[in-house]
Amino acid sequence: MFDYTFHWHQALRAWPRLLEGALVTLEVAVLSMIIGITIAIVLAVARTSNVAIFRAAAISWIELARNTPALFQIYMVHFGLGAFGLHLSPYLSLLVGIAFNNAGYLAETFRGALRAIPPTQTRAARSLGMGPVQAFVLIILPQMFRIAFLPASNQMVWAILMTSLGIIVGMNTDLAGVTQDLNVRTFRTFEFFALAAVFYYAIAKSVGIGARLIAWRLFRY
Amino acid sequence: MFDTALTFSDLMFMLRGAALTLAITAVSVAAGTILGITFGVIRHQVGPWFAAPLTFVLDVLRSVPLLIQLILANAFQSIAGLGWSPFVVSCVVLSLYTSAYCSEIVRGGIQAVPMVTRRAARSLGMTWGQDMSHIVFPMALRVALPSWIGLTLGVMKDSALVLWIGLIELLRASQILITRLQEPLFILIIAGAIYFLISFPIARLGDRLEKQWRENDPS
Repeated sequence: MFDYTFHWHQALRAWPRLLEGALVTLEVAVLSMIIGITIAIVLAVARTSNVAIFRAAAISWIELARNTPALFQIYMVHFGLGAFGLHLSPYLSLLVGIAFNNAGYLAETFRGALRAIPPTQTRAARSLGMGPVQAFVLIILPQMFRIAFLPASNQMVWAILMTSLGIIVGMNTDLAGVTQDLNVRTFRTFEFFALAAVFYYAIAKSVGIGARLIAWRLFRY
Repeated sequence: MFDTALTFSDLMFMLRGAALTLAITAVSVAAGTILGITFGVIRHQVGPWFAAPLTFVLDVLRSVPLLIQLILANAFQSIAGLGWSPFVVSCVVLSLYTSAYCSEIVRGGIQAVPMVTRRAARSLGMTWGQDMSHIVFPMALRVALPSWIGLTLGVMKDSALVLWIGLIELLRASQILITRLQEPLFILIIAGAIYFLISFPIARLGDRLEKQWRENDPS
């Protein structure tokens, strides 16, 4: 057992590259969250719409995103869209795949949050002379974000962890991709991926703690 | 109009992949649940300070991507010369991963049982074990089961990642067929449909249980 010499210095020397990768990972996660939240709001509203087609479209999106693996969704974007002549780069495939997944999960979170807001809020806003869009954006959305903030921050952590799936479709600039790149050059798999795991842990933890601090600061009243 | 090179035996190949997905899920969820209940009870019993090391390890398992964990475990087993097959490595990693989430669910379930109820049980002369199995378990189960079903489905979906260490599960089987037949969309739709058919009914069952049980709650 342990007929192996660890070469940690090699991995530790590569930390600037891993840090660059970590920034790309964060970038993908943040972009996917912004896209995901935007689509999720539309889906959450469409889910309760009176128009059957909107409702069906929203339900299919949500159920597909929640009942198939994230990796399958990334594959679908990367390989499946090729049938329509759309060949996306690994970066875009990853981003679109995670955004699709985020939107599905967040739509359910937002739907629950919307249900928790009393309907009298809308009625009060409307009777003050606000239009339906105004009432939704100015009155309902801020309350929804407040209720859904912590679940959404969990989804952000999930999005960061999901970016590691990029290596399977050939992404080589994010944290996992850079690590894999270094790994195939040096065959120091354990050392490099252990360091990457430390990076992932640090990022995920700081996002979690950061979200808690923001929530504490924002929602004091 | 529609023409495909996919044969019946190709479909069987995909279904065998799906069977492997289900096998890994079953083993990991079974082992992970037993471990998770043990960890959850220990964490509840010894208090946050003494449980800190265990909590930290479980937290790492939840904050490091599963794919990285699989790669690390696979590399470690070659380093240590354990000679485990990819299937064993996958099951070990997924079990620990499941146990980390399960211990949170179990802890939440135990905490949902009011302290006075447990004190009442103990003052009636029940031992700790009787209190746990006759009072806490049935009450905590109601709280925990919907989340546990969600966790099981999550593990089923996450088990797709074991393709990276060389197991031919459903998604890898589809990828092999795509490489051969060059019909990515059609084959991926079949794979997605299989995942969906496994996951959706169970997810619905979980939703229904949650709703039914909430209706019977006094609050």
